[in-house]
Amino acid sequence: MSEPRRSLGFDFIKGFIQENPTFALAIGMCPTLAVTTSVENGFWMGMAVVFVLTFSNVFVSLLRRFIPDAIRIPIFVILIATPVVIVELVMKAYLPAIYEVMGIFVPLIVVNCIIIARAEAFAYRYPVMNSLMDGLGIGAAYTVNLMVIGGIREFLGTGQIALGSIVFPSAPFFEPAAVMLTPPGGFITLGLLMVLFRVTLGSKAKVEDHSKTS
Amino acid sequence: MSVIGIIISGVLINNFIFMQYLGICPFIGVSQNLETALGMSGAVIFVMTIASAVAAAFEQFVLAQFGLEYLRTIAYILVIAAFVQLVEIFMKKALPGLYKALGIYLPLITTNCAVLGVTMLNVRHSYSILMSTVNGFAGALGWSLAIIIFAGIRERWQLMDIPPALEGFPLALISTGLMSLAFLGFSGLFKGLL
Repeated sequence: MSEPRRSLGFDFIKGFIQENPTFALAIGMCPTLAVTTSVENGFWMGMAVVFVLTFSNVFVSLLRRFIPDAIRIPIFVILIATPVVIVELVMKAYLPAIYEVMGIFVPLIVVNCIIIARAEAFAYRYPVMNSLMDGLGIGAAYTVNLMVIGGIREFLGTGQIALGSIVFPSAPFFEPAAVMLTPPGGFITLGLLMVLFRVTLGSKAKVEDHSKTS
Repeated sequence: MSVIGIIISGVLINNFIFMQYLGICPFIGVSQNLETALGMSGAVIFVMTIASAVAAAFEQFVLAQFGLEYLRTIAYILVIAAFVQLVEIFMKKALPGLYKALGIYLPLITTNCAVLGVTMLNVRHSYSILMSTVNGFAGALGWSLAIIIFAGIRERWQLMDIPPALEGFPLALISTGLMSLAFLGFSGLFKGLL
């Protein structure tokens, strides 16, 4: 287990381009598609993932010397499921409307591949501070992704973007296409955004053909 | 809701991939060719049907009994992980032929959100153990239908000249979007049954 010195700033920032979970690594697709019908939903889902990812990264990293290699996956799953239950209960209590909209995708954070992938590929190998920054960075990048996709779909689908009680612009100036809010709209938006990401920033990112594994 | 209604809904109307966004990662990951898609489908149908039954029984006899519903997420993921492990061990010993065909797909299934997803949906709909099992089977059947059609489409890509920016994931997502558009047409089907 090598522990090279890494800069904390780099570990935070790398999630945005080089290791962007959605556009470069293409992991955690289900919630990316399911909850991005508005900016607000995207934001709350992102916050939930930031919390779970940071929590699991820190604990995996702290315990990495004590976790036997053969049973590491079940241990990761428990370390991930614990913060998910916390998020679930907190959301149910304080954000019941958002919790209702997201439905089963809040408990499904447990099986979000981003979190287990970071535990396996990063937190299990690097010190606590780096893992903390990695969790925060990847989580923040994921939140930004969800908000961008949510913003595009919400704007094209409803003609406006609602942030809390502020609606911008106040009246749609074109005929909104409701199909953007349905599953086909989600798939196509994400596909086209991925193309855009590859064309503009692709050379800086390590775009992996993740479709070969799972 | 009748059993037939659940099956039609699971396969066509509320298709896991196209309408509910469940199990997208393996859907894109193992749809390279028809053969692996069929292998994965078999494993998913098997695991999802039985996992639904096991989780529903666990819900009724353990969680509801002791008022532990708030631990559902953590309990279900452990039940599913343990179950998949058990199936793997049992298959290796008792059904080596089947294990050879499905073996490599089994560990992937634990992280397939469709399996945990269907057990959560069963709870939301408050289905009985039997209905949960049927729903798990129907959902898995719909997932398999989607991945088999998609693998068929994907095999043809090898003969095509695809722009490099579209290769892999983006094209897969856009094609899935178009297929999903077609499945949107089923949404009015059997309104009376549901």
